[in-house]
Amino acid sequence: MAFLDLINKLLGRDNSSKQVAKERLRLVLVHDRANTAPVDFLTALKEDLIRVISQYMEIDEEALEVTFSNSDNSVALIANIPVIKMRRAVNN
Amino acid sequence: MSGKVLVITSGKGGVGKTTTTANLGTALAMMGYKVVLVDTDIGLRNLDVVMGLENRIVFDIVDVVNENCKLKQAMIKDKRFDGLYLLPAAQTKEKTAVSPHQMRSLSAELKKEFDYVLIDCPAGIEQGFKNAIAGADEALVVATPEVSSVRDADRIIGLLEAAGLAISRLIINRIRPKMVRRGDMMDIDDIIDILAIKLIGVVPEDEVIVVSTNRGEPAVIDYTSKAGEAYRRIARRLVGEEVPFMVLDYNEGLFDRFRRMLKLAAR
Ligand SMILES: Nc1ncnc2c1ncn2[C@@H]1O[C@H](COP(=O)(O)OP(=O)(O)OP(=O)(O)O)[C@@H](O)[C@H]1O
Ligand SMILES: [Mg+2]
Repeated sequence: MAFLDLINKLLGRDNSSKQVAKERLRLVLVHDRANTAPVDFLTALKEDLIRVISQYMEIDEEALEVTFSNSDNSVALIANIPVIKMRRAVNN
Repeated sequence: MSGKVLVITSGKGGVGKTTTTANLGTALAMMGYKVVLVDTDIGLRNLDVVMGLENRIVFDIVDVVNENCKLKQAMIKDKRFDGLYLLPAAQTKEKTAVSPHQMRSLSAELKKEFDYVLIDCPAGIEQGFKNAIAGADEALVVATPEVSSVRDADRIIGLLEAAGLAISRLIINRIRPKMVRRGDMMDIDDIIDILAIKLIGVVPEDEVIVVSTNRGEPAVIDYTSKAGEAYRRIARRLVGEEVPFMVLDYNEGLFDRFRRMLKLAAR
């Protein structure tokens, strides 16, 4: 165990309890901040996404899904956005 | 005169709000400012004992807002420091005995008389918190370098922003340089990075705090106390002075690092 710690240290992989604390805080605050946002945060984000993406393609706004997905040490924002049609873009 | 109303808050309980209020208030009074400490922890009053003024209470904040007495009658003058007063909390009432509206007018009233009105906020985010922040111009958020405390501080900062408080600054309390050095406590930079808020001071863990609380004499009057020194510096920053941060000695030297590597290898 000690040897492994030393290797980790030398490789810059830090698993001191401080590092663990920072990681856990980072993840828990992603959820806390999303859950306590004054407006329905995901709905607002969806509307923004629709506005931006619609400039490039036609999407199925009704079926669009945005969720958080958790794994052990990361949180990901997953967006499922069905595309109906691409806008025709011409290089010039 | 229009003074400033500062609320000392944290979310999590027991992280040092009352200790901070007592020490900053005393330090400001020692600098010659006129200061009143307001205990809004109704039902769990403590600022009086930390200040050593518990035997002099006649009226309290609930008596004042209900007009059972004059404001002047409820304020206790601290005879040790010129210009320092305490408005104690009620011990036998509920937090709902005072409303945010009443706190706003009380704060406005006190501001006319004092340079600094320091409000000691109860733990939590319920009515007591809402009361404490109602009349405040600025907030001092106290957190210790622990996951739960920083998490709660984040929530509090969000609520302060939502309530429209213009300025919130962070005090990190009970830091232990040795633990930081060996990687077992979050460092100042880690916490500021996470909370994205301006730091006004760092107070080390210090046994003198316990001793001074035993005696009812704030640590700022003890010039050998590191925590006392930290609080005096924060008070000077509050009045707008530029004061360097205290060196808490956690930069390890080459020798320390070598020794730590050896220790790691031997574990
Ligand atoms: N820097 C420090 N070093 C050592 N002990 C400390 C320090 N700061 C606070 N303490 C101790 O921590 C305990 C809690 O402090 P305090 O009562 O000020 O916290 P609080 O946030 O007001 O608590 P509550 O939420 O219950 O009102 C006290 O016993 C106090 O003496
Ligand atoms: Mg307290």
